[in-house]
Order: sequence, then structure tokens, then C-alpha cells
Amino acid sequence: MTVQAMMEQLDLRLLTGGDLSREVTGCYCGDLLSWVMGKAQEGDCWLTVMGNINAVAVAVLTDCACIVLTENAALDENAKARAEQQGVTILTTAESAYQIAVKLSAVIA
Amino acid sequence: MDSIKLHYDISATDFTRAGAASGDVKRTLKALGVSPATIRNVAVAMYEGEINMVIHGGGGVIDVEITEDAIRMVLADQGPGIENVELAMKEGYSTAPDNIRALGFGAGMGLPNIKKYTDEFQLDTALGVGTTLTLKVFMK
Ligand SMILES: Nc1ncnc2c1ncn2[C@@H]1O[C@H](COP(=O)(O)OP(=O)(O)OP(=O)(O)O)[C@@H](O)[C@H]1O
Ligand SMILES: [Mg+2]
Repeated sequence: MTVQAMMEQLDLRLLTGGDLSREVTGCYCGDLLSWVMGKAQEGDCWLTVMGNINAVAVAVLTDCACIVLTENAALDENAKARAEQQGVTILTTAESAYQIAVKLSAVIA
Repeated sequence: MDSIKLHYDISATDFTRAGAASGDVKRTLKALGVSPATIRNVAVAMYEGEINMVIHGGGGVIDVEITEDAIRMVLADQGPGIENVELAMKEGYSTAPDNIRALGFGAGMGLPNIKKYTDEFQLDTALGVGTTLTLKVFMK
């Protein structure tokens, strides 16, 4: 399913828009950046509370489909600017990583 | 193709720019039509090395050489050096202070990631002199 469709189905709010037609092919949860760096796969929806500029760099380098900031975690201003500049999609939700992951697994093919 | 050489100066404490050099190399490789698997290996290794230079090494220089069959990266800093390399290479070992951990670093996975994602890995370090990583990723 596309990022756009996932956003609608899971009721996520858009903070920065990248390519919303990208396919979400998996999911990875984590806040420790080098853990995510080593494990997240291209096309993953990355669930995290880490809304800083370094998270944006990790999203770019792992080529994940988007970042979802869970539990209303804050997005830093400079991270927002960098994400916009690099075309990284960042979404937000009040729900926890667990709740989103459960819903996501039910809808992605 | 002729070899392509890239050079980056990595500043000591600028976390906001950290990842810029790896991002640039990634874009270059993409433009050259290098395979996603190879790009991923280079991106992970170089980012972790770049971040380590910023956090632990006091900044330094990165030289990248792209040839037909491989990408070679040399990351050199004049920082404090690594006291116990065996320990530093262990998953989960980190000396990152709390303020750095709060940013999401300090899992102790950087060096293990670099090793895992490269085909050739050499770490030269001396206390009070600095640390140099020489890495190679073959084109796949
Ligand atoms: N360039 C360097 N100069 C000095 N010490 C270093 C350097 N790179 C790594 N180290 C030491 O090796 C340890 C392990 O490095 P590693 O990259 O695996 O973990 P980390 O940087 O602490 O955390 P992470 O990479 O998971 O965010 C560091 O905590 C630090 O003590
Ligand atoms: Mg590290």
C-alpha cells in the first residue's frame, strides 16, 4: 500500500511531505539510530519517537518509505526543514508504536 | 570508468551536518547507477563512521574513491583514539555520554554495523593520536 493510503487508513497526520505514492513494504520500530541504521529495510515505515535531524539522515540513508512519530513525539524545527529539503515524509500520531504496528500489519500486503 | 574521488571535512560538533557526507556519496552512487544493495552498504558504513568522527573523534576528513569494482573510504580523525579495540567492536559497547544518548546515539552498534556492511575493514588507532578507518565495499 502507498504512504498516502496508509496515512488515510491509520489516521496519521502529515508533518512533512515526500513521495506519498511510495509503496510501504514493511515496518521497523526503534529509537536507537545505529540499531535502525543496521536493521531497517528500504520501503519500511519507521515508527519512532526520535524527531531530530539525525533521524532524518537515517531515514534518507536506509531509504525507508516514511517516518511515523508515535505518541505525539516532537519534531525539531531543523529536522522538519531538513526532511522537507530531502523529501522525507514524516507523519504523526497520538498512538503508540505497538498500536500502529498492529494496525499496519493488518493492512499491508 | 575513471575513478571518482570525493573529499569531505567533518566538523567536530556539528550534529546538524552529520550525515551530509554520506548523503552526498549516496546521491553520487545513485547517479552512477550503482546497485541499491551496494549503495546501502556504503551509506550505512560511511554514516556510522562519520557520526563516530563527530561524537568521539573531534572531527576529521573522509576520502572516498569510486572505481569500477569498489568503493574505498578512508575516515581519519586526530581524536583521542580507541583504548580497547576489541571492546569497541562489541555490539552494545559505548562510551557515549548522556547528552549524546538523548539524541539516539550510543547503542554501541556503529562499529559492528560498519564491519557487517563492508567487505574490507581496517581500524588503525593510537591513543592521543587518532583513529583511521579504511573500508572497502565491492560493487554487487
Ligand atoms: N573515531 C573514534 N574515536 C575515538 N573513539 C571511538 C571512535 N569511534 C568509536 N569510538 C569508541 O568506540 C565505541 C563504540 O563505537 P560504536 O560506533 O560501535 O558505538 P557508539 O558510537 O558509542 O554508539 P552508536 O554508534 O550505536 O550510536 C564508542 O563508544 C567510542 O568509545
Ligand atoms: Mg557510533
